[in-house]
Amino acid sequence: MSKKIWYSLFAVLALTALVLTACGGAAPAEPAAEAPAAPVEEAAPADTQVEVFSWWTGGGEAAGLEAMIGIFDAEYPDIEFVNAAVAGGAGTNARAVLATRLQAGDPPDSWQGHAGQELIGTYVEGGQIQALNDLYEAEGWLDVMPETLIPLISNEGNIYSVPVNIHRANVMWYNPTVLEENGVEVPTTMDEWFAAMDTLQAAGVTPLALGEQWTQLHLFETVLLGSLGSEAYDGLWDGSTDWTSAEVTAALDNFAKVLTYTNSDSASLSWQDASQLVINGDAAFNVMGDWAEGYFRELGKTPETDYGWAPVPGSVGVFQFLSDSFTLAVGAPHPEGAEAWLKIAGSKAGQEAFNPIKGSICARTDCDPELFGVYLQSAMADWGSNTVSGSLTHGVVANDSWKSEIDTALGLFLIDQDVEGFQTALVAACVSSGPCQ
Amino acid sequence: MFKNKDKYLSVILISPSVIAILIFVYGFIGWSMRVSLSNWKGINPDYSWAGLKNYIALFSDPRFHIDIRNTFIFTGVFVIGSILLGFFMAVMLDQGLRGEGFFRSIFLFPMAISYIVTGVVWRWLMNPAEGVRMSGLNLLFSSLHLDFLVNKWYTTPTWGIAAIAMTAIWQMSGYIMALYLAGLRSIPNELREAARIDGASELKIYRHIILPLLTPITLSALIILGHTSLKVFDLIIAVSGKQLPLDVPAIYMWQTTFDGLFYGRGAAISIILLLSVAVLIIPYIRYTLKTGVEQ
Repeated sequence: MSKKIWYSLFAVLALTALVLTACGGAAPAEPAAEAPAAPVEEAAPADTQVEVFSWWTGGGEAAGLEAMIGIFDAEYPDIEFVNAAVAGGAGTNARAVLATRLQAGDPPDSWQGHAGQELIGTYVEGGQIQALNDLYEAEGWLDVMPETLIPLISNEGNIYSVPVNIHRANVMWYNPTVLEENGVEVPTTMDEWFAAMDTLQAAGVTPLALGEQWTQLHLFETVLLGSLGSEAYDGLWDGSTDWTSAEVTAALDNFAKVLTYTNSDSASLSWQDASQLVINGDAAFNVMGDWAEGYFRELGKTPETDYGWAPVPGSVGVFQFLSDSFTLAVGAPHPEGAEAWLKIAGSKAGQEAFNPIKGSICARTDCDPELFGVYLQSAMADWGSNTVSGSLTHGVVANDSWKSEIDTALGLFLIDQDVEGFQTALVAACVSSGPCQ
Repeated sequence: MFKNKDKYLSVILISPSVIAILIFVYGFIGWSMRVSLSNWKGINPDYSWAGLKNYIALFSDPRFHIDIRNTFIFTGVFVIGSILLGFFMAVMLDQGLRGEGFFRSIFLFPMAISYIVTGVVWRWLMNPAEGVRMSGLNLLFSSLHLDFLVNKWYTTPTWGIAAIAMTAIWQMSGYIMALYLAGLRSIPNELREAARIDGASELKIYRHIILPLLTPITLSALIILGHTSLKVFDLIIAVSGKQLPLDVPAIYMWQTTFDGLFYGRGAAISIILLLSVAVLIIPYIRYTLKTGVEQ
């Protein structure tokens, strides 16, 4: 009998162990890339490495990161680069893993985030990243990055991240053949755009290709910018433009009108599907960020003959940007390594290595245009000369809470088409999560 | 002596899982309730007391109204559809036709597929594109000259969610069929024969003998389908992504908590979900426990 008890007790212990490990497994999975890093960390002295966290695990992004790591290794041969990238969901998984690590007090030295309020609203608010003003001054970055960019990635005068690449949000892609066949010029103002789309619609062409809800938010922000102009648009996000004003109403009316020119099956299309409609000649225009250009090239299309581009009407002379950037963790385990990494991320050599592969332009204005294709060269020229405004959909101008409230307001508007209700909801969103009180 | 020791042992053996469940299920339910009564918004925990503010706000939130409407439509179409179709297939298979095993497997197969796969396949089948880009079921209907059947599927205003429910019926009706088939097989043939001798028509046999005897199975089916439909999430995400016309409470909770950092509101939605599932499940558990003891 007593033997049986011992067996049972053993069984209980074993079960407990099982339950505990099972529970451990249910927590968000640790990144695979971390596992090999752990033993190294113990063996190497503190400041000879740097752990950089990102969601660049595939395609041009991963290859670009590798190229940048190559520059890093050449410049700092004594510092080991630990690439802690987490795959999946355009960063959704990575952000969940990062949140877990930050809550556990185990931050990576530096991590990727969309420059602007997405980073500031989350990590500056949480006291988890350090200001980098000294680094900007020491490296002279303030002279090589557009003046209008700096306030957009700062909070109360402090700059919190180093932008590595720049994408443009306010690009209108068009099919040159379709425009030509219908005798339509590339529009530069909202009114010209409406006139052009009227002509196209009368000719039986879908004027504007549109995809699922987030691409509609993307379209919305560009129409806001095109209708309000950059100053009033920027003012929406710092509280100096009144969301209840008549000019916002007019912008919303414009957006409602733009939607009447779109394909009926937008809710079922991804952004690739939507931009492909333009390439295939099924639609004339599409508004999408300039990663679409990478997609067109993948399809084997030629710039300027198969597809053309222009700023979204009304936003000529404005560069509405989004950017991937890197931070410096509060309590970074390897501060010197982290600083070395940020220097590379902000350097001409680092950005010239990364961006041609990723299909974006440098955040610096002094990169060599010869390294880039036709479209990116034109984007670089605009980046150096235009006024810079930030993207809403991609985290520059509004924090996550505000953005998600705007997204909900937009979703409701798409259902009921009630402009007045939309504006009321946008005002409420600004009060609950933005600067309006 | 021996019996006492057994009792003692069983308590020890069961305690680890009880403790784990207490912490990881009930503990976290309690924590979620606490969060739902707080002002927590943003990355840092904030447990300041908000009372029922989050709940009250939800019931005047137009998005939550859409969620509730969609849940009702989805549950109605899905539960009724699956039960009717499942019962019909079970009755057909029960007629002793040849190759029954073959058909049974075919009807059951969809259940083995994950909702994500079902969603991806049906997303393609239910493509709402028009004109030259038409594809999937619409193209099939149109080439068969059944143009009146061509529709916008899940992008139909208001009723789009019913199209999603249809894919869920496709997936779950085989399971309901299996339940009913087992039930039908357990009804002694003598009962039917006796009724036939008394001159009852086949319809009357089903109406007055078989259906009443299958009540416990219908109840189980209702509960299983009902609570699945309240929790539906992955199927909708796979078909349409995050889009408001097809929003349900689980998607709202996920988006508002993890994209928008409204932890208090997200917790309130999850508690409402939990309560609505509990309303369905608890009477059922009590009923099964009672009948179990009686047996």
